[in-house]
Amino acid sequence: MMTSEFLTTWFLPGVWVTVQVTVYAAALGAAISFGIGLARGSRYWIVRFLAGLYFEVFRGMSALVLMFWMFFALPLFGWQTVPMWAGVSALGLTYGAYGSEIVRGSLAAVTPAQKEAGIALNFTRWQRLRLIELPQAWPDMVPPFNNLLIELLKGTALVSVITVADMTFAGNLLRLGTNETTPVYTLLLVLYFVLAFLITRGMRLLERRAKAGIGQRPAKTPGNTRRPGPRGGSLQAGSQSAGGVG
Amino acid sequence: MSADTHPAEHSPTPVNPPVDGSELIRFDKVTKRFGDNTVLDRLDFSVDSGKHVTLIGPSGSGKTTILRLLMTLAEPDEGTIRVGGEYLTHEERDGKLVRAGEKHVREVRKNIGMVFQQFNLFPNMKVLRNITEAPVTVLGLSRDEAEQRARDLLELVGLTEHLDKYPTQLSGGQQQRVAIARALAMRPQVLLLDEVTSALDPELVAGVLDVLRDIARTTDITMLCVTHEMNFARDISDQVLMFDSGRVIESGPPEKIFSEPEQARTREFLSAVL
Amino acid sequence: MSWDWNVVDDFMPRFWDGVLVTLQALAAGTLIAFALGLVWALAQRSTRVWVRWPVVAVTEFIRNTPLLVQLFFLFYVVPNFGPSMSPLATGIVGLGLHYSTYTAEVYRAGIDGVPAGQWEAATALSLPRGRTWRAVILPQAIRRVVPPLGNYVVAMLKDSPMIATIGAFDMLGEAQSFSNETFTTEALTVVGVAFIVIAYPASLLIRALERRLVR
Repeated sequence: MMTSEFLTTWFLPGVWVTVQVTVYAAALGAAISFGIGLARGSRYWIVRFLAGLYFEVFRGMSALVLMFWMFFALPLFGWQTVPMWAGVSALGLTYGAYGSEIVRGSLAAVTPAQKEAGIALNFTRWQRLRLIELPQAWPDMVPPFNNLLIELLKGTALVSVITVADMTFAGNLLRLGTNETTPVYTLLLVLYFVLAFLITRGMRLLERRAKAGIGQRPAKTPGNTRRPGPRGGSLQAGSQSAGGVG
Repeated sequence: MSADTHPAEHSPTPVNPPVDGSELIRFDKVTKRFGDNTVLDRLDFSVDSGKHVTLIGPSGSGKTTILRLLMTLAEPDEGTIRVGGEYLTHEERDGKLVRAGEKHVREVRKNIGMVFQQFNLFPNMKVLRNITEAPVTVLGLSRDEAEQRARDLLELVGLTEHLDKYPTQLSGGQQQRVAIARALAMRPQVLLLDEVTSALDPELVAGVLDVLRDIARTTDITMLCVTHEMNFARDISDQVLMFDSGRVIESGPPEKIFSEPEQARTREFLSAVL
Repeated sequence: MSWDWNVVDDFMPRFWDGVLVTLQALAAGTLIAFALGLVWALAQRSTRVWVRWPVVAVTEFIRNTPLLVQLFFLFYVVPNFGPSMSPLATGIVGLGLHYSTYTAEVYRAGIDGVPAGQWEAATALSLPRGRTWRAVILPQAIRRVVPPLGNYVVAMLKDSPMIATIGAFDMLGEAQSFSNETFTTEALTVVGVAFIVIAYPASLLIRALERRLVR
């Protein structure tokens, strides 16, 4: 069985690494989501084109292959990558591509009348975006971002393959050391489920606040975030809710 | 003021700053098409400063398009629009008219405000901020100044006690009055009113119209108004323009248009709506 | 670091072997996901609580935990008390099972999307239950279901390299072993490009389908 020594040297730090990778990759992914998402609605065709290219390439890319490539191939081009940053970058780059679709779609869904009201008050493009379009689109972005964040959390398990000592890595070590596979992998799955559950709770809170911020009541059935993903959503999360059984 | 299907002679470069009674808005041979549909056909007309002008006519006759062109929500396919002598979407460079940049458009647009049929308040801002946001970010007023201005305007439209609510918590009539206050907070020279009571429940119409009558009586703001409220049009207008198929077919003071219209088409239209 | 086309040439035979394995895993995984997802979706509509609740619990759990760990579970834990399977077979079951929880949601949304009036009309005509499903509900649900299912096939393709971690020789597995033997990295790059080359036309196809079906 799992010794307490193993628990403190590998497993608990592993949980912490998983959380760290999730947070860093989510931060990178969020930056890319908004950067690329906004660029895809640019009035300059070249900006739109480049952002679209980014979206298509990284959406078509397998996160695991990209991670491997960053881990093994990039150092040979003279780029020394710490395994964890190779993992974080690969996750942030791919999930950011999905996120850009959420941002683009929600912004496009703001009614043209709001844009016109902004023009009538003589706001600049940037002011309209910052004061009118983004705040109104934000509540619609939260539920799909929740789905994406859970996909990202699940994706962090991949970093174990490039030697980052996250909790999946710790689990694999324990298997090699003890052959106690059943408790190890069961515990691991439960831990991921609990983390996903916590994320969903947090995001639901965020959604409620976002909706209150535009004078809307939260959805009638607060236990329900099931809604269709963004168009073309190879975003794997047509509907996710870790809290669905809780 | 002149409004005529046949263009009158006008000096090509009226550069005088607009004073009361001088020409403020001028459309020169403005054509606007949507696909195959020509909504405005070489339209000429002008509005003098401080006047209240109402556009009437069957739906689809291009009245709303005129307001949208003035607000730069749409661009003319041909012709030019001037406001206070300045070209709206064009700039003169080396004696030639070229399309204007964003900066020029914003400079001219500063003089124009608009109230929409669907109010278009910002749902993410409370009433007070709906009114103060543009004066602060666009005109550079301090928060205090802008809030004072907003409070005065809310008093004018009778909504002082609602300044801390979100638009969705207000009735349609209240929202529209906030929208009027929001437009006025920018101190525009021209106020465009686009069927501002069409989306309201019948019992809320009077409150909005009363506010507008008040503004028409007590300020020297120029009003350009598209409406189906003929009594309101009769009350506030200095001039009524009858539109049909993208052209002004008749114009004159309200007493004349409503009582003894010359054109058969106008009589037909009025008997249908009155 | 230079790019060596000779290395690429050497890798190509094994690359094609890998492509074949990837496509096998994808095709078989898709079949399982589509079929099992329908089972989940219908079970979740059951009026019996003891059917509905466990199915909801299991699908939520599977959908909210990583495929990679599920593969380890299937490969290292299940043989302790169940069948032991080859890496490829394990990978196929893992992909199919994981994605069945997504397709279940797609079916659910598709069925719920058929207006209530259709059920009522079928009842008014006294159509038997089976006939109502076959002739009225499913044909209408299917147009809403096809594009998102297609998206999940593409998503499955991108997750398929995970089966290399339990020893299957798919595209990534081949590239890994080739790279380890020859101390080169070109193979990884080839596989990376291959994913984009396969996935991009696939998503274009789905978008075209979507435009055609969803109206």
